[in-house]
Amino acid sequence: MSKPNGKSFFGTGLPYLDVSDLTGKLIVIEGTDGVGRSSQIDELKKWLEVKGYAVTTTGWTRSPLLGTAIETAKSGHSLNVNTFSLLYAADFADRIEHEIIPALKAGFIVLADRYIYTAFARAIVRGADPLWIREVYGFALEPDAVFYMDVKIENLIPRVINAETLIEHYWENQSGEGMDYWEAGMDLKLGEDVYDSFVKYQKRVLDQFDLMAREFQFVIVDATQEFSAINSTLKTGILSVLEDD
Amino acid sequence: MGNTFDHEHSYPGRLIIVEGIDGSGKSTQIQLLQKWLVSMGYRVFFTEWNSSALVKETIRRGKKKNLLTPTTFSILHATDFADRLAHLILPPLKAGMIVLADRYVFTAFARDVVRGVHPEWVRQMYGFAVRPDLAFYFKVPIEVSLKRILVGRASLKFHEAGMDLGLSDDPKESFKIFQSKIIEEYNAIADEFKLVVMDATKPIYSQQAIVREFVQEKLQNYTGIPYTSVLSDEQAKR
Repeated sequence: MSKPNGKSFFGTGLPYLDVSDLTGKLIVIEGTDGVGRSSQIDELKKWLEVKGYAVTTTGWTRSPLLGTAIETAKSGHSLNVNTFSLLYAADFADRIEHEIIPALKAGFIVLADRYIYTAFARAIVRGADPLWIREVYGFALEPDAVFYMDVKIENLIPRVINAETLIEHYWENQSGEGMDYWEAGMDLKLGEDVYDSFVKYQKRVLDQFDLMAREFQFVIVDATQEFSAINSTLKTGILSVLEDD
Repeated sequence: MGNTFDHEHSYPGRLIIVEGIDGSGKSTQIQLLQKWLVSMGYRVFFTEWNSSALVKETIRRGKKKNLLTPTTFSILHATDFADRLAHLILPPLKAGMIVLADRYVFTAFARDVVRGVHPEWVRQMYGFAVRPDLAFYFKVPIEVSLKRILVGRASLKFHEAGMDLGLSDDPKESFKIFQSKIIEEYNAIADEFKLVVMDATKPIYSQQAIVREFVQEKLQNYTGIPYTSVLSDEQAKR
């Protein structure tokens, strides 16, 4: 997967862009909602910068092109799975071309909080054709490594539903539960209430990640461990990617 | 789900589409076709490329600020199409209507490839589209199209002329280069997908007669009886 000189595309690629001279590293932290990816990434960024590496982080649905379009679309309109998947793909393409590729060209380490695998999981559990969604993301870059923060559904529930978030979300967002409507997969109408729906939806997402872990050779990190233990596993993994050169 | 574009659909409606560059006269032809079909009592639904509200604003903003890349431009149009397919094309097709589309996925295949995306990728991305029952391609020389467009207006639109591609500083020259490349793509697409190629330099009336002949033939086994097996699916669940 890792190529010391430059990068390759996941599929058909971007014919108008040469990616053979991207000297940076693309490191992906994957995992479902509430698994603690972003706090790990914050810590990794600090650590890498202290070591002297320039780091940029990128997340999911933050591109300047789409802006709030995705949020607006989700709130007002009944999106079908293809539309939903393509909206995310447009957002991702914008970040790949305007953020990730330029940073890699400049020799940065790009820490990606989620990557195309999240898009695959979300689309497939909503009924998209698994081959189609992979083809759509054919313009993505192959990462140098994917670390998958692995949890079981039993471990996930207490992280997302707890006293603090329940109260905060009930009073501040009037949503009643400590989870986002889409994270709970409420659009799929899998259960009576947000809890049932969340559990069923996340189980399906986790099953997809398990399948992909094999298909794409994720480095599996046991995310039920203490923060510091997870962090040192990630650091060891990242060091071995950096030592490839 | 799988790819739906590589085989005929099984909906009771009919999907008839027109393709061609700007100024090829395709819109005139499909409007005349619509009038004729309506006059014969058919239930007809007309839809255009790039008209849904969902990503219109994003495309507009992206064009204005020049934020769009060939890939994001292509995906946003596919998003828009996916939304229209779900809300405006599939329901009338299932209801047994005749759906007329002014431009369809071939527009994206031609235009987006000229802008630089991978030809295979854009075809794969539109794999969820319904394959049309009948697809016309209005083939026209570039000079004719340019003359038609400039009747009644002084200048070419920025993106219509492909000005963002830096082909030429002169809008007319840029239009010619850009649209000629699109014509090349269309010609290849017409072979690949067996589009009905129309000589769009002929008089409107003669072209329409040919169009109607093809449509009439396609409507031979058409009953327009709405698709109701969704009900038996429901019953099976109980």
